[in-house]
Amino acid sequence: MNHDTPPGTPPDGAPAIELRGAGKTFRTPSGAAHTAVRDLDLTVAQGEFAAVVGPTGCGKSTTLTLVSGLEEPTEGDVLVGGEAVTGIRPEVGFVFQQDAVFPWRTVLSNVMAGPRFRGVAKAEARERARDWLGRVGLAAFEDRYPHQLSGGQRKRVALAQTFVNDPAILLMDEPFSALDVQTRALMSDELLELWSASRADGRKASVVFVTHDLEEAIALADKVVVMTAGPATVKQVFPIDLPRPRKVESVRLEPEFIEIYREIWSSLGEEVRITRERGASHVA
Amino acid sequence: MSPESLTATVVAEKRAPGRTEARARAARNRRLVVLGARVLVFVALVTAWEVMARTEVIDTFNFSMPSEIWDQIVQWTLHGTPQGPLGEQIWATLYEALLGWVIGVAAGVVLGIVLGRVPFLADVFGPYIKVLNALPRIVLAPIFLIWFGLGPASKVASAVVLVFFPVFFNAFQGAREVDRNLVANARILGASHRRVTLQVVIPAATSWIFTSLHVSFGFALIGAIVGEYLGAAKGIGLLVSQSQGTFNSAGVYAAMVILAVVALLAEGLLTFAEKRLFRWKPGGPGSER
Repeated sequence: MNHDTPPGTPPDGAPAIELRGAGKTFRTPSGAAHTAVRDLDLTVAQGEFAAVVGPTGCGKSTTLTLVSGLEEPTEGDVLVGGEAVTGIRPEVGFVFQQDAVFPWRTVLSNVMAGPRFRGVAKAEARERARDWLGRVGLAAFEDRYPHQLSGGQRKRVALAQTFVNDPAILLMDEPFSALDVQTRALMSDELLELWSASRADGRKASVVFVTHDLEEAIALADKVVVMTAGPATVKQVFPIDLPRPRKVESVRLEPEFIEIYREIWSSLGEEVRITRERGASHVA
Repeated sequence: MSPESLTATVVAEKRAPGRTEARARAARNRRLVVLGARVLVFVALVTAWEVMARTEVIDTFNFSMPSEIWDQIVQWTLHGTPQGPLGEQIWATLYEALLGWVIGVAAGVVLGIVLGRVPFLADVFGPYIKVLNALPRIVLAPIFLIWFGLGPASKVASAVVLVFFPVFFNAFQGAREVDRNLVANARILGASHRRVTLQVVIPAATSWIFTSLHVSFGFALIGAIVGEYLGAAKGIGLLVSQSQGTFNSAGVYAAMVILAVVALLAEGLLTFAEKRLFRWKPGGPGSER
């Protein structure tokens, strides 16, 4: 990788993330081509929180793996901080849908993993990990193994594990979908708090948050990106002008929220119907 | 409050701890009953064997009898075997099996992980390993006897080829089936390919590898015993073959008993090591077995 500037500080005014006509086609084991996403055009400004919604299985997650550098696009360009993504970049953080904490490491050791992988000395890594465990409210659990924690606590470990690397780009793939409703609302609030105060230099991380839950998307994001039924592309982008700081539980009762919800759902609902009908015809 | 309701609550309160106690007692009793039944089965089988042998229902020439086997073990222990002290024979077999096991496990784990992590090597060597695995490897024991002579080396070699394959396949599978999320997470967090192998793939594959360790120690013993049986200066396999040569069936059985005890002790040690290593696992070790 070739950095003129330190990671996480792209030239001012440049978007943090930019996809230009990006597409990804996989080869299935049987040899057939499967297009997950096509003609993706998407920009996320620095410090912006973008939520991506779309029907199940439409290729939302593929978009994230393209930005993260875990996969390379088959067409088009993916730029992070103005540079083409050719591999995993150090300023990127990724919170996965399933549990991805290391089950054989204790909570503290899990959060220390990132800094240690990046060559930070043990004592400093421990200190930073403890700081983040405190911020996610798990200071008393540092010696536990993940299986001894609840689902919500494991997710907190995952958040601390990601935030401890001080990511400028934060990618989240339905991170709270496996949690129960109350825990999910709580975690959403905590996420907003962590995000607004996360970075060492006081700037906010740029976030791409994939979800199938429109309420969650509106409550969290600065803009909601609606994707079409697969192969996915961007259908419409809705700015969300609800004032911050927001509380997820109360903001969804605001009349403005309900209005936005209705507007976006009229766009998203159509794609969901298409996907559902396709599913039905597959079954038939 | 009426007197009736008062007594009712008192009774209810008394009953609750009484029940817990009764349940605990029942659980204890069940353990005792199981243990008792186990001992009973053993005693019944041994007694039946002894009685049938003494009443000449079965031929003692073929089947010997428990008391004779016991006498044989005692005699070997106190006065030594025809090849020397019994301890020396056990140690010889154990040494060959352990050395073969360690070499086989090390080679199997290393190659399994390497091939699991490097698809190119897996594609190139895959067919050859399948061919070698299809071969009944115990037929290699005579070859090893020719190559390495009557000493421990030929037995170690037989143990190695028996141990290598199950360990290799489990390590390979373990390295291949590591949760992709864990690998992706480690890469995003900044781990290099080498770090992913050492800190994600190997820990994730350990439970696969340990499953094979249990089986493979048995294989190592088989390798050592067969090697000794074919030709050796020392060892339990030699005891078996010499007892067979003198039509001493009690000797063959006695050697079997000794082997069983040795194998059980080794298995116990392995389970102990596994428990220490897998503290992070939810159900505790062995829950999948």
